[in-house]
Amino acid sequence: MDKKKNRRAFIKSAGRALAGLLMVVAIPKPGRAQRIHEIEIGEDAPDWLDHYWVYLIDTTKCIGCGACVRADKRENSVPPKFFRTWVERYQITEDNHVHVDSPNGGHDGFLPEDLAQLLTSVELETDGSPQGIGRVKKQGRVTKGFFVPKMCNHCRNTPCTQVCPVNASYQSPDGVVLVDKTRCIGCSYCVQACPYGSRYIHPEKHTADKCTWCYHRITKGLLPACVTVCPTGARKFGDLKDQSSEIKKLLSTQRLNVLKPELNTEPFCFYIGLEQSVR
Amino acid sequence: MIYSEYLFPNDMHIYWSLMIVTYPFITGLIAGAFIASALFHVFGLEELKPISRFALMVSLAFMVCATLPLLFHLGHPERALNVVITPHWHSAMAGFGFIYSFYLVVLTLEIWLSYWEEIVAYSKTSASGVKRLFWKTVALGVDETSGEIRQANRRAIYILGLIGIPSACTLHGYVGFIFGSLKSNPWWSTPLMPQVFLLSAIVSGLALLIVMYIALSSKGYLTWSFECLRTLCFYLWLSMLFYMISEGLEILFFFYESSDAWFVISTLLSTKLWVSFVLIQVGIGIVVPFTLLSIMIFVRNNQGAYTTMAVIAAATALFEVWMMRWNIVIGGQQFSKSYVGFRSYHPEWLDQEGILTTMGLTLLPFLLLYLLTRILPMKEAVEDEEPPAEVEPG
Repeated sequence: MDKKKNRRAFIKSAGRALAGLLMVVAIPKPGRAQRIHEIEIGEDAPDWLDHYWVYLIDTTKCIGCGACVRADKRENSVPPKFFRTWVERYQITEDNHVHVDSPNGGHDGFLPEDLAQLLTSVELETDGSPQGIGRVKKQGRVTKGFFVPKMCNHCRNTPCTQVCPVNASYQSPDGVVLVDKTRCIGCSYCVQACPYGSRYIHPEKHTADKCTWCYHRITKGLLPACVTVCPTGARKFGDLKDQSSEIKKLLSTQRLNVLKPELNTEPFCFYIGLEQSVR
Repeated sequence: MIYSEYLFPNDMHIYWSLMIVTYPFITGLIAGAFIASALFHVFGLEELKPISRFALMVSLAFMVCATLPLLFHLGHPERALNVVITPHWHSAMAGFGFIYSFYLVVLTLEIWLSYWEEIVAYSKTSASGVKRLFWKTVALGVDETSGEIRQANRRAIYILGLIGIPSACTLHGYVGFIFGSLKSNPWWSTPLMPQVFLLSAIVSGLALLIVMYIALSSKGYLTWSFECLRTLCFYLWLSMLFYMISEGLEILFFFYESSDAWFVISTLLSTKLWVSFVLIQVGIGIVVPFTLLSIMIFVRNNQGAYTTMAVIAAATALFEVWMMRWNIVIGGQQFSKSYVGFRSYHPEWLDQEGILTTMGLTLLPFLLLYLLTRILPMKEAVEDEEPPAEVEPG
């Protein structure tokens, strides 16, 4: 009996000790996260709660030079045939045919001779069917032409972060949608969920990749590479929490639109002069 | 406005490949088998007794292999378990590991209890000591097969079957939810998608059982019963009917609403999916088996003709479900998010996610099933009655 009692007592106390140990290990103590922050990032690191970033594109100013696409490729080592940002050229004829193209994502700009040819007479690949996709060629004079830079919209109601099964895609407190490449399992669910075609699977890293608004630059007080090189100021970037910023003024005074508003993704990349035909 | 063809620059690639076609196909095959077993164990459909235990083994074989296509697809398969270790609860995909594991446990327990008598018998009679130890471990050291234990097992199997039905519905409905909940894709985004996946899963599972039942009972591996085949075929007909209604409603709604979604879907159906969806999936995969199964309802005596029609109907139904997976998964990626550009998909033979891998992964469950039947018998329990009570001397 004594032996049995001793064994029971031992098991009980051992169990308590194990449970206690587990609690000590598993539950983070207050201040622990902060200490890690200080050690790894340093006390001078910018506080991400000080900012709330937003992007604005003025389509009326874009000249389709492709400098932004080239800068982005260089800055972020974007692999060939994939794009974190790209520029589309829209040409609409008098009979409401919409011709869109983005050769190499607009990386090399749009050739002027093409443009001249298109401005006079254009051959469009449409078939006259209700859906308008086919092979019958039509001609028409282009009456409206413009460029539309595109990128990740850093939505507030993000379909991409919602579907990530491991939380590798997330939104930072300062409003940037990012991908943790060390956690991403490469399932491509986010690529499928993004309605804007902004994401791709990196062909070498096998993880999801997308525009980060050059997070490594903006956290150092710099502008995203694409904004820096834009020669006409079509791309604007700034901090909503900075009351005196240009972007704050523009957002509160301009008529704005977003891409695919019907999907309720709440993009934080706004557009000025966005034509209704833009997809 | 009429658009010329245009794909977003990142939309040149099709990410969800043959593996994502194979995954819901294999997963779907589990359902029918499980449902067939549940019809016997829970709803007492005695006609299905000859296949009730074998159906569970079919389910297990396919269940074990169901996740393999996903591993072949993932960019980082070594991080696959993170889905259950650090899940993101907002993601429809994060629930997979839990739903799958739960279903696997229910299924394994049901098989364990269904084969209780054999397990105990093997633990006593196996020739080698290792085998005896193995079976003894499986039997948890218990060596009783008394009437009381058998009754308790039967009750437990009934309860597991009851739990299994909603689990099966959740698993297959959930696979449909993964697709149906994506608002970015008009071809996928419909609340009918979970229902379509569940019903098509039942169709494919029952169809597989019918083909296997006919093949295996003709060789004497399973007990032949015409009534069993008739019952399976009737439930295949019924599930096909509901499946057809759901698929039809889906397309009808897209058409009638005539929104932006129909713009892209109608183009898809008349171009990229004209052959694979309209001609093959609907024209052959739905029309042929459903017509045959409808005729078969009235065939009562001619077993030969009935069996031949059953094989053709079940094989085409299986093919239909595979094509349905293809048309949903690949079809849904054959247009750009611009909705005005289309692309093609040509799987490679030797690619990691290619045709050979697909064939291998589809055949693997059959190999596993063969191994399972080497361990446990396919046929139903011979003695299923209570042991006769001892007669009191008068």
